[in-house]
Amino acid sequence: MFSTLAPILLQATWETVYMVAVSLSIATAFGLPLGVLLATSGRGELFEALWFQRVFGPIVNATRSVPFIILAVAIIPFTRFVVGTSIGTSAAIVPLTVAAIPFIARIIEGAIREVDSGLIEAAQAMGARPVQVVTKVLLPEALPGIIHGLTLTAVTLIGYSAMVGAVGAGGLGDLGIRYGYQRFRPDVMAAVVITLIVVVQAVQSFGDYLARKADKRNI
Amino acid sequence: MIRLSNVQKTYAARRGSDEHIALRGINLDIAAGEIVGVIGRSGAGKSTLIRCINLLETPTSGTVTVDDTDVTRLSKRDLPLFRRQLGMVFQHFNLLSSRTVYDNIALPLELAGASKAEIAAAVDPLLPLVGLEDKRDRYPAELSGGQKQRVGIARALSSNPKVLLCDEVTSALDPETTRQILTLLKDINKRLGLTMVVITHEMAVVKALCDRVAVMDGGVIVEEGGVEGIFADPKHATTQSLLADEFMDFRAGSEGNNNTGAASAQTAGQEG
Repeated sequence: MFSTLAPILLQATWETVYMVAVSLSIATAFGLPLGVLLATSGRGELFEALWFQRVFGPIVNATRSVPFIILAVAIIPFTRFVVGTSIGTSAAIVPLTVAAIPFIARIIEGAIREVDSGLIEAAQAMGARPVQVVTKVLLPEALPGIIHGLTLTAVTLIGYSAMVGAVGAGGLGDLGIRYGYQRFRPDVMAAVVITLIVVVQAVQSFGDYLARKADKRNI
Repeated sequence: MIRLSNVQKTYAARRGSDEHIALRGINLDIAAGEIVGVIGRSGAGKSTLIRCINLLETPTSGTVTVDDTDVTRLSKRDLPLFRRQLGMVFQHFNLLSSRTVYDNIALPLELAGASKAEIAAAVDPLLPLVGLEDKRDRYPAELSGGQKQRVGIARALSSNPKVLLCDEVTSALDPETTRQILTLLKDINKRLGLTMVVITHEMAVVKALCDRVAVMDGGVIVEEGGVEGIFADPKHATTQSLLADEFMDFRAGSEGNNNTGAASAQTAGQEG
């Protein structure tokens, strides 16, 4: 029995890892600058731009208010436009990314706001330009918090990726629902659950390790 | 060297707070190589004053001239270049926790686009100057308060500034460490001929370090002059009460060890 289960389990695990890794990377590429700007565009801040907060704050909140499964279905036209189809692993990356961007943006914003404002002042007194304050001070100092946040995002995305399984995306969630649930295979269900636990545990431990390495505040 | 002419700073009224006038027409001249103290209580405006010199705060009116340049007119592009000529040291050190001692001291040079070799040439001699050769690759979390402030001082010196702005640099330190840091600053002033502006609320700091002192209260300079003259003959009530505080501080701090006022005064002088 194991010999027949192993290949499909491996395939499903790979699909999950692929969906999460790609959507996390793309979402970080968008969420990071968005988070930095949300954290620095307030009154009297580095890149003061109140319009930015007024426009993007509500958009971020709105995206985060929509339950993921609804979001995944609601943006199907957009998904089709981007990847040409709404079914499959690559198509699942679109809703995962769209859901992760505001999540990451808020996490980055929070991590940056944690940085002591005295450091910003010190950098400015040294003659740092605003962009340098971000690259040389805010991001390095916020790095442990950012790593923690991205780990949290990865774990959340693993959960979400199981949900997109329901709309034909493949991965561990899909395997659990189709084999474990619909075909009454408790062994498959158990294998899926155990694999998910192992994957989440591995991601969390790796994230914790990186964050600890980056954190020089308690040596 | 530095001239503040009729500098005013008003913080506009916001929800929950009324308009606040922090500086009400400050005139202050600071000559090259001089150590000038600015003393006052919390809220007297001294932190705002020092931040008007490097434009961390923009004066509402008046001019700030450094080396014959009216720095209040500098463009956003030129402001960082001007600030690189001034070093600033802070009460809470403001070191980057993610950088080693060496890399913290190197930061101002990095910001100015210096090469690795130029950075090494500037930072390496600073480590022995502030007595931190053996802490080169340590992180701030591994240092004591006094050591952190030495890093702060070395960092302020690394871009070879003409002026050092010191904002309550000893207020977070114990008396013995305070004494060491003040000795270091005095030594740096002598060796490098640096102009220094020292903000403090402790008369002992003024006494140990400064050539001249300006006493602030309510956003104005109420008394100004040579340190010895001010200590010998304080005219304004604020100055008198700040001097009286020195005795109060030590009575509270030494827990009954003081016998007479004269003994306390002597302690105050030594620790400053």
